[in-house]
Amino acid sequence: MIDFPWLSWLIFFPLMGAALLVLMPAHAERLIRRWATVVALAEFAFSLPLWWRFVPTGPAFQFVENRAWLAGLGASYHIGVDGIAVLLVLLTTLITAIAVIGSATAVHTRAREFYALLLALETGMIGTFLCMDLLLFYLFWEAMLIPMYLLIGVWGGQRRVYAAVKFFLYTMAGSVLMLVAILWMYFLNRSVTGVATFDLEAFYQLSIPPEMQVWLFLAFAIAFAIKVPMFPFHTWLPDAHVEAPTAGSVILAAILLKMGTFGFVRYAIPLFPVASHQFTPWIVGLAIIGIIYGALVAMVQPDLKKLVAYSSVSHLGFCMLGLYAMNQQGYAGAMLQMINHGISTGALFLLVGVVYERRHTRLIADFGGLWKPMPVFAAVFLVVMLSSIGLPGTNGFVGEFLVLLGAFRTNVWWAVLASSGVILSACYMLWMFQRVMFGPVTHAENEKLSDLTFRERLVFAPLLLLIFWLGVFPQPFLDRMQPALDRTLALARDRAAATGGLAARPNTGLPPGVTIVPRVRTETVAPHGGSR
Amino acid sequence: MNVVAQPHFLPVDLWALGAVIALTVGTLVILLLELMPAGPRSSRAALLSLLTIGVSASSVFRVREDRRSLFDGMFVHDGITVFFTLLFCAIAAIGVLLAWDYIKRTRINLAEYYALLLSATLGMIIMAASNDLITIFLGLELMSLALYVMVGFRRSNLESNEAALKYFLLGAFASGFLLYGIALLYGATGTTNLQHMARFLADSPVAGNALLIGGGLLVLVGLGFKVAAVPFHMWTPDAYQGAPTSVTAYMSAGAKAAGFAALLRLVLVVLPNVHADWTTILTWIAIVTMTVGNVTALFQINLKRMLAYSSIAHAGYVLVAVVAGGTDGAAAAMFYLAVYSFMNLGAFGVLTLLGRDGEERVQISDLAGLGFRHPGLGIAMTLFMISLGGIPPTAGFMGKIFVFGAALDHGHIPLVIVGVLNSVISVFYYLRITVAMYMEEPRGEATPVSWALPSTVALVISVALTIWWGVQANGLLEQARRSVTGLL
Repeated sequence: MIDFPWLSWLIFFPLMGAALLVLMPAHAERLIRRWATVVALAEFAFSLPLWWRFVPTGPAFQFVENRAWLAGLGASYHIGVDGIAVLLVLLTTLITAIAVIGSATAVHTRAREFYALLLALETGMIGTFLCMDLLLFYLFWEAMLIPMYLLIGVWGGQRRVYAAVKFFLYTMAGSVLMLVAILWMYFLNRSVTGVATFDLEAFYQLSIPPEMQVWLFLAFAIAFAIKVPMFPFHTWLPDAHVEAPTAGSVILAAILLKMGTFGFVRYAIPLFPVASHQFTPWIVGLAIIGIIYGALVAMVQPDLKKLVAYSSVSHLGFCMLGLYAMNQQGYAGAMLQMINHGISTGALFLLVGVVYERRHTRLIADFGGLWKPMPVFAAVFLVVMLSSIGLPGTNGFVGEFLVLLGAFRTNVWWAVLASSGVILSACYMLWMFQRVMFGPVTHAENEKLSDLTFRERLVFAPLLLLIFWLGVFPQPFLDRMQPALDRTLALARDRAAATGGLAARPNTGLPPGVTIVPRVRTETVAPHGGSR
Repeated sequence: MNVVAQPHFLPVDLWALGAVIALTVGTLVILLLELMPAGPRSSRAALLSLLTIGVSASSVFRVREDRRSLFDGMFVHDGITVFFTLLFCAIAAIGVLLAWDYIKRTRINLAEYYALLLSATLGMIIMAASNDLITIFLGLELMSLALYVMVGFRRSNLESNEAALKYFLLGAFASGFLLYGIALLYGATGTTNLQHMARFLADSPVAGNALLIGGGLLVLVGLGFKVAAVPFHMWTPDAYQGAPTSVTAYMSAGAKAAGFAALLRLVLVVLPNVHADWTTILTWIAIVTMTVGNVTALFQINLKRMLAYSSIAHAGYVLVAVVAGGTDGAAAAMFYLAVYSFMNLGAFGVLTLLGRDGEERVQISDLAGLGFRHPGLGIAMTLFMISLGGIPPTAGFMGKIFVFGAALDHGHIPLVIVGVLNSVISVFYYLRITVAMYMEEPRGEATPVSWALPSTVALVISVALTIWWGVQANGLLEQARRSVTGLL
């Protein structure tokens, strides 16, 4: 098993499955669905051993594969998994399997192409999380756009073309400058060390002058901020979410948005710690604006999907706030919140998909009193909604609590402002729930709605399980990511010190978390220990 | 420079000249065989052309490691020559495959088509192998005259006539500029041989010499016209649109690569010794070329015109590499040209298949629904568009990496930023093609597709190379690098 290129297999297995899918006759819909389901489930099964075979306290990157790729340029096929990526990869394989199974009755036209693109997308996503070479990262990062663009553009709603093109252009416009920044670092590294390489670990060793860091950080941060999306760059998101087919929305919300925050943790912050620190007020400001603005706009949405989309803006604001609190609690909270958001918002989009399939509308006004015809659906919706609000006992609480705790330690006002987002999220979610589920059945069509089918219950079961597991006993998750997060924090701090950017001016309002010696793990998780 | 003029003619020289000889003979044989006309469905000339191209390529490939200077230093056989000869042979071969069925369908299946194609290829090879301004001019004229006729090959079609006349008139002017520039350079330096010119300039700094600067500028105009750089691009959309699509495919790849081959040699051999600020001029031309090409392409509804403007923009990207200069820049330019040739041939190749019996279906709306009716064609076209847009995992992305990397390495940061932003603009119109193919339904009758084996082979080759160089670009890049280092 040692030499088995497990991670490569994880990356390319879905693509191979997609290739076989394309060869199948287009009309054999049942065969296509079964094959796609088998591939997605097998991929999930292949990824599961990551949960116990990954050793959190072991080397930073594990199961590393390193092969020459573009020898002339110095780019290599270097992949490995660390404590940050491990959970995201598991989330990806789970959510993709759920998305594949969940679209069994939603997609009837061109099913073959639909599933092939979903699986190709999975390859892109897992590749992005696992690669340790910046050129390879960019390759996966950009290549991922194409399947998603086609998923939105072909199987989407009314304004699908507009939404798809907007999604593509926004993301691409952000990332080309990141490409320039990557090349710039490559040449800087070559001139300093004499080694031509795109290797992430080499860049981690590279000392970048502070004034240069500002530009490089901006190039990376804008690319990631668009993907997150942070406040002024978020406008593609509601369009893409509303127009995308259910499976597209689920993957977009659950995984693709995480690429942005993952990019900050893996690249922008540790590579450019000085600039990262300089921009903290801006990023935190935008994150808090995003939290409140997203929640306020979500409140007035007449369309269920749009409401969930804006709630994503709000939730991802929490992730960014946690990251830029720059301490252990904030980091752990942000990471957990990424997973949580993937689970809860993915589930919310699936739930909206369920009613949309039955009623072909997503307007809140068209529903009301759904609890009567669809009790199981309503119960599932209730749990997911409460987890999205962050009720104690659900996953959302743990993440938001840690983020707020981290923010509080850095700056009390950040925490105070962000807390209003928690309250607002309760407002828009509960109000929406009330209008959709309670009261009399106002529309005759809704009386005969069928409840969740067996397949649909099967789809929601793992998500509900995770919601409670993470809510009651998040320790196994935190254990897996904690050493990696500590390492990232320490790396950012060491690099900042090495650059001299911070050492030169020690008392410039540096967030306390940065200067504090990393705490032992037990203390980090102590605050929510009570919920165990 | 390790290419030394040899007094004796060695056997290796015969191999080195193999491409030139084979193409000349092939052209003449095809023309002479027309004394026995073979009819409108004949594939004789096409087969003979492929044979000729195969002989040419293998002859040069055989002596690819040798370095020879022939005919008193007018013709060199070095890395650049070998690289471009093989590239031109490949372009010509795909050009033949794409034309094979297309010109039968459009009822212009005359052997002269192939004879002209071969002589244009011969001209391109001479341009790449010339070490002398006069031979560059000869090659350029040989290529251009053949192309003028090919553009107007649909004799009964007004658009084709118009395109040929425009291309010819403007091309004639450009040739005049080039020749005048050569004359001025000769006046300033006393030689037309590039090596001698470089040596002369190195010994006597004649920086401010008006003859030199004027001559250089005029040569730049002449070559800029051939590669379709702004502001010498006006002919491009009309010529590309009016020409038979198979000709457009061939010339969009071949003529551009040939122009750049000559330009690269000039830049690599002579420019280092010119003490004037050529970079600024080339930088501005590159910026304007990329921007005008891409922005204008946004507004096109005719695919051939859109791809014409896109090809202008791509000339701008290659110019970025030329501006970067040095081994890296030249290698990046060569890599990009090779990649560009195949993705562009592929894109136009898809267009040659559209329509039945010579009707042209090249509006964007003609692509509606194509992606699902003809999945293979749809995937191929999508791939070419993605590659032209510079999105991974395709060859076009690797090309952009090398081009922008080289420019960044030499400190041209603003140029690189303009370049990457341009590629975002370009993605917008490349995406429109995928939107039409996958997200729109045809309004009238769906565009029929005329499949033919040769075109399919050509498309499969283009697709394979576009993917292969996208994930494994190392071999080609190393090849390009070695070709240039042999020269420096």
